[in-house]
Amino acid sequence: MPVVLQGILTILIGVGGCIAYFYFSNLVLDKVIFPAKGENAGRNINRANQVRPWLFLFPAIFVLGLYLVYPVVGSLIRSFYGRDGQEFVGLTYYALLFSGGDFTRAFLNNLLWVLFVPAASTFIGLVAAQLTDKLSWGNLAKSLIFMPMAISFVGASLIWKFVYANDAEIGLINAIRASLGFENPIDVLQIPFWNNFFLMVILIWIQTGFAMVILSAALRGIPEETIEAAILDGANPWQLFFKIKVPQIMSTIVVVWTTITILVLKVFDIVYTMTGGNFGTEILPSYMMDYFVTSKGYASAIAIVIMITVLPVMIWNIRQARREMR
Amino acid sequence: MDNIAGTKSSLTWATHISVVFLVVIWLVPTIGLFVSSFRERDQISASGWWEAPFPVELTARGRTASTAEQEGDLFVVTGNIYDDEEAASYFPDGGSDVVAFGTRGVNPTEFEAGTTADLGDGETLTVNADGTYRWETPEDPGDRGQRVYFAAESPPEFTLANYRQVLTADNMDRAFINTLTVTVPATIIPILVAAFAAYALAWMDFPGRGLLIALVVGLLVVPLQLALVPMLDLHNRIGIGQSFMGIWFAHTAFGMPLAVYLLRNYMVGLPRDIIESAKVDGATDFQLFVKIILPLSLPALAAFSIFQFLWTWNDLLVAKVFLPSDDASKVMTVKIADDLLGSRGGDWGILATAAFVSIAVPLIVFFSMQRFLVRGLLAGSVK
Repeated sequence: MPVVLQGILTILIGVGGCIAYFYFSNLVLDKVIFPAKGENAGRNINRANQVRPWLFLFPAIFVLGLYLVYPVVGSLIRSFYGRDGQEFVGLTYYALLFSGGDFTRAFLNNLLWVLFVPAASTFIGLVAAQLTDKLSWGNLAKSLIFMPMAISFVGASLIWKFVYANDAEIGLINAIRASLGFENPIDVLQIPFWNNFFLMVILIWIQTGFAMVILSAALRGIPEETIEAAILDGANPWQLFFKIKVPQIMSTIVVVWTTITILVLKVFDIVYTMTGGNFGTEILPSYMMDYFVTSKGYASAIAIVIMITVLPVMIWNIRQARREMR
Repeated sequence: MDNIAGTKSSLTWATHISVVFLVVIWLVPTIGLFVSSFRERDQISASGWWEAPFPVELTARGRTASTAEQEGDLFVVTGNIYDDEEAASYFPDGGSDVVAFGTRGVNPTEFEAGTTADLGDGETLTVNADGTYRWETPEDPGDRGQRVYFAAESPPEFTLANYRQVLTADNMDRAFINTLTVTVPATIIPILVAAFAAYALAWMDFPGRGLLIALVVGLLVVPLQLALVPMLDLHNRIGIGQSFMGIWFAHTAFGMPLAVYLLRNYMVGLPRDIIESAKVDGATDFQLFVKIILPLSLPALAAFSIFQFLWTWNDLLVAKVFLPSDDASKVMTVKIADDLLGSRGGDWGILATAAFVSIAVPLIVFFSMQRFLVRGLLAGSVK
C-alpha cells in the first residue's frame, strides 16, 4: 500500500518538520543571530524576544494567508473573467443573481436555509437542554441527541433516504402514510418548495445536539438565586424558563445561532447527495459545484456571493471578540 | 433546580415523555440504517426494516417438472417446487414455507397452500406448505411443466453478506484506507502549527497582536468555497495538482482558524503565576511552551483533534476538489456519494452498509471521547 506508506511518511515529515522548524529557528535566533552573551547581551535578548513571536506565528500565518486570505482576492478577480479566466466579463455573473434564474433560486433557497435551520436547531436544542437537565437519565438522552454530530453529511443523507424513500416498504414516511390509508407513496423530495424543508430537517437533526450541549452548560451556569427568587415570587415553570432563564443565556444563544448560520452556508453535501440540486432545491454551495469544472469565473462569483452573505456575521464576530479582549 | 424552593414540579412526567419522544425521533433513522445493513436486498424491498424481526412474505414463480406418470386417465406430476431452478433462485438460503399459490401472474396467491386448485379442463394442482406439489392433467404435459406462482414466508434473516461485499468487492476497503490517509496527517499537523501560534497570541507581547486575533476570528467565518477555485489553480501551477499532499495542506489551512482560536482561548486561561515563575527561573519561551503549556493544554488539544478528525473524516467537498477522481484515491464519502448512490441507487442493503462502515469510526471516536469534545465546544463558545 504505497498510499499508506506515503501517509506515514508525510506524518513523520510533517510533524518532524514542524518540530524541527520551531526548535531550530529558536536555536538559531538565540545562539547565532542574537546571542545572549558578549557586549550586547541585554539588547540581544530583547531583540530576540521581539522576533520570537513571529517565529511561532509564521507557519500558521502562512497557511492562513495562502488558503484563506489570498483566495478572497483570487476569487474576486476570477469572478470578473470568463470560463477559462481569459476574457473579461465584468459584472455579468453578478447580474445573473438578479435575473430570476437558477442563481436567484439558489440564493433564495439559501436564505431559507439560513433563516430556518439555525432557528429550529437552536430552539429544539434549548428545549432539549432544559428538559434533559432535570432527568436522572438526562446525560444518556443528551448523548443520543448529540450523536449525529459525529456522522458525516453524506452518511446522514443516506440515513434519511431510508426515511424519505418513495416506497412504503423502505421509507418511514410513506409507511406511515400507507398505514393511515393513503394508496400511493409520494416522493417528499419532489414536492415543490417544501422539499427544501425536508432537506433542512437533516441538518437540523445534526446540529441540534451541538446547540443542546452548549445551551445546557449555559443553563447550568445561571446563578441559583435568581431562580429561587422567581419561584418565591410565584413564577410558574413557563415564566421561569422564558422570563428568567432565557434572558440570562441570551448571549450564548446568539453565539450558537451564528455558529450554525455559518455552518449552513458551507453545507453542500446534503443537497448534493439527496437531490443533486434538482426539483428546485439548489443552494449556493451546491450550485457552485455544478460550475466548478465548467466555468471558474461563474463558480468564483457564486463563492463571492456566499462570502458576502456571511459578512455581517463576520463583522459581528470580530466586534464581539474585540470587546471581550478589552 | 426547580425544587430548591420546595415546590415539586407537576411537569415531571411530561418532561420524561417529551424527552423519550425526542430521543426516539433522533435515534430511529440511524437504527433504520443499522438494521437495513444486515438485511438482504430482497428482504429490504419486501418489508420495512421495522418489520425485520418478523417473517417476510416473498412472491416467487417456478415451473413444475414435466415427467408425468400415468395413473388411469390422468397424467400425474409430483415433486417439490424448490427443485425447480427458477423457484429456488428466489430463496438462496433454502426453501421456506409456502403460504399460497396460483397459476396466473395477476393473482399469484389465489389458493391457500395445501388446498387443491381446479385449473379447469380436469386439471388440478395441489401445493403443500413444504413445497411438494401434485399436478394432475388429462393430457400428456410433454416437456413443459405447469407454471406455478407462490408466496413463501421467509423467516427473518440477518446476514453479513452486505459487509462482505462492501469490504471486499466494492473498493470500499481502498476508500477506507484513503480516508485514513487523508485524516491522520490532516489532524496532527494543524495541531502543532496552531499550538505555537496560539501560545504566541496568548502569552507573548508584540505589536499587532490584537489585530491578528481579530483576523483569526474573522477567518473563522470565511467560507471555504472561496478557496476552491484559486487554490486548485495554484496547486496545479506549482505542481502539486490533485493529490494527497494538496488535501493535507488544504485541511491544515481550513482547520487552522478554529484551532488557533480554541487553543488561544484555553491557553489564556492558564494560571499566570506558573508561567511567570518559569520565566523567572530562566526558561526560554520554547522550553516554557514544550514543558509547561503543552501538557497543561492537553484537554484543549484533545478537543480540537477530535473536531478536526471528525471534520476531515466526514468531509466531501474538499476531497472532491483536491483529490483526483480516479478510483484509487477516492475517500469513502466521495465513494458513497458519487459511485454507490449513482450506480447502485436501488441497492439499499449495500448503501446502508457502506454508510454504516463510513460512520462507524467517527461514532466510536465520538462516544469514547465525548467528554473532551464537550469541553472543547464550551471553551470555544461560552465565557
